[in-house]
Amino acid sequence: MALLEVEDLGVTFHADRDVRAVDGVSFAVDAGKVVGLVGESGCGKSVTSLALIGLLPNQNTKRVRVDGSAKFDGLDLLRADRRTLRDIRGREIAMIFQDPLSSLNPVVPIGVQVAEVLIRHRGIGKHEAERRSAELLDRVGIPDPRRRLKEYPHQLSGGMRQRALIAMAVACRPRLLIADEPTTALDVTIQAQILELLKELVREDGTALIMITHDLGVVAGLCDSVNVLYAGRVVESAGRHELFAHPTHPYTVGLLNSIPRLDALRGEELTPIRGSVRDVLAWSAGCAFAPRCDRAIETCLTGPPSLEGTNHSFRCVNPEVVP
Amino acid sequence: MFRYIVRRLLQLIPTLLGLSLILFLWLHRLPGGPETAILGERGTPETRAQLRHDLGLDQPLWVQYGRFMKRMFTGDLGVSINTHRPVVTEFMERFPGTVELTVSALIIAIGLGIPLGYLAARKRGGLLDYSSVAGSLLGVCVPIFVLAYLIKEVFAVKLGWFPSAGRQDVAIDATRVTNFYVLDGILTGEWDAAADALKHLVLPAVTLATIPLAIIVRMTRASVLEVLGEDYVRTAQAKGLTERTVRGRHIMRNALLPVVTTIGLLTGGLLSGAVLTETVYAFTGIGQFIAESIDHRDYPVLMGFIMFVAIIYVTVNLLVDVAYGVIDPRVRVR
Ligand SMILES: Nc1ncnc2c1ncn2[C@@H]1O[C@H](COP(=O)(O)OP(=O)(O)O)[C@@H](O)[C@H]1O
Ligand code: SF4
Ligand SMILES: [Mg+2]
Repeated sequence: MALLEVEDLGVTFHADRDVRAVDGVSFAVDAGKVVGLVGESGCGKSVTSLALIGLLPNQNTKRVRVDGSAKFDGLDLLRADRRTLRDIRGREIAMIFQDPLSSLNPVVPIGVQVAEVLIRHRGIGKHEAERRSAELLDRVGIPDPRRRLKEYPHQLSGGMRQRALIAMAVACRPRLLIADEPTTALDVTIQAQILELLKELVREDGTALIMITHDLGVVAGLCDSVNVLYAGRVVESAGRHELFAHPTHPYTVGLLNSIPRLDALRGEELTPIRGSVRDVLAWSAGCAFAPRCDRAIETCLTGPPSLEGTNHSFRCVNPEVVP
Repeated sequence: MFRYIVRRLLQLIPTLLGLSLILFLWLHRLPGGPETAILGERGTPETRAQLRHDLGLDQPLWVQYGRFMKRMFTGDLGVSINTHRPVVTEFMERFPGTVELTVSALIIAIGLGIPLGYLAARKRGGLLDYSSVAGSLLGVCVPIFVLAYLIKEVFAVKLGWFPSAGRQDVAIDATRVTNFYVLDGILTGEWDAAADALKHLVLPAVTLATIPLAIIVRMTRASVLEVLGEDYVRTAQAKGLTERTVRGRHIMRNALLPVVTTIGLLTGGLLSGAVLTETVYAFTGIGQFIAESIDHRDYPVLMGFIMFVAIIYVTVNLLVDVAYGVIDPRVRVR
């Protein structure tokens, strides 16, 4: 059995009008594996991850409806009570967010923010927690950890802040780590370092990782399997090699063509997907990608395409290459 | 931190000097003088001139100001023209009442306002939220003396739960040490006197607390709402921290920053509110005395009072800055 099994996850925000941000998303994460959730901004990646750990704004109120199931080691996270979830968060499942500066409390020293996870979940004293916090900072590559413990977020660089957040996340050696665009807010050189660090940490600890990104390039070096999301649904899902070798859904192909490549010939242009995520069609009317799709045919607008295939699945009636 | 406080204290001196000069000139420009107040209609030009000379008011203003400053630096605020007693003595007797009242009101306003504001924000749109917003609007709109009479009428006159006037029951013969009545009772072990003084304090303090309470509730509510949407609160929850830690360390420590500033700004209004409240409850503080001193153009008393209030105001705001620096490391670094 997989460590995490997400089945038909759906999230609806009841605002002025209902927004179905995530719609029937299913995927599984095996222990120690890295799974990518990829898609342009607004496709429902963050909502998916927050729903899993019960931290959507207003989750469990009438303003948000979450359906489906998410079995973590057999326990359905979507139906777990608050106390159980609190025990799981930070200890079994940890999260790394996109913007390291805003994700750190500006008025609390870094050391306290690391140590508090250990104190909460490991039941150790302040001194022991401080010693281990220093070790953690050292492990994530923060130099002079003893001094850094006493510093505040604004005294650290962007890369160091993200390292500190990673230290907090791996503090209790969780079984699952969810990283929501952990490098998006950082410089390119720092991005590579952070990815390398994450890779190393999950390999050493045997932690499973859900890597959320809008950048297929990030996925290429890291993930065992990939789920491509569009307008709240999985449109293609496959192992990493399979996906890069035989991209099938026009959207995936579009994403691949928009990655900058080192071996690109001079003068060869990047081809971004035309249009924007705002040009979506409701899934109920047909393929949501149709307004932007070069391969769209009439059948695309007759109804929502279903997800076909088992090991390599895709949601398209006129795919690029039939695998 | 210590050096910061010392530096701030040194910065106070020029501020207070400037302030005292402006106030001195302004006071002496007011129409009428003490001689008019004392002599009234009976005064002839000759007797007025004689009195002005006796009081030293015929000398150039800068000489008078120089004398005032020289005395002030030795801790002497002169003698009241009206009561003929040293101003310092008058203050020692009357200020404690006002301070007792103001501090109690602040304790009530802060102690109730912050939790209420927090709860209103957490249960946004709930009954508590609506009633606290409505209540705080009322608190800001109703003039304080109207409220004072209302509260006194209901809780003292109609229900008789609390005394309606004074600081201490006349039947109680309490020993005076500091003139802070509650404190005196505790210091001397006269518990019934302390309890009685406390009982006299309740209604005036509640009255005086309403406006700051309303403001603190609204500020806290707005501030907590803002902080609740911050990413670091989500991070704290993602760590599985207990509700208590999330509330105290991650929400309130940030949400209190603007509230602390507000509390500093409230002290000015609180002191003037105290004067009105004292009048309604015949509470012997500085209020009545200052009102009389204005009528009598009692320059030494008024100057002393203004300097006193200025010092309190500036000190409170210094405390607020220090508190701010303690909470927010980004301020400390400067
Ligand atoms: N609290 C919310 N209320 C209403 N709609 C929301 C809310 N949060 C997210 N959405 C919508 O859900 C969709 C997915 O958002 P999100 O998961 O943040 O995208 P991303 O893939 O960039 O992380 C977006 O269209 C967004 O507008
Ligand atoms: S279903 Fe049609 S519109 Fe949608 S991706 Fe496939 S070809 Fe394009
Ligand atoms: Mg996102």
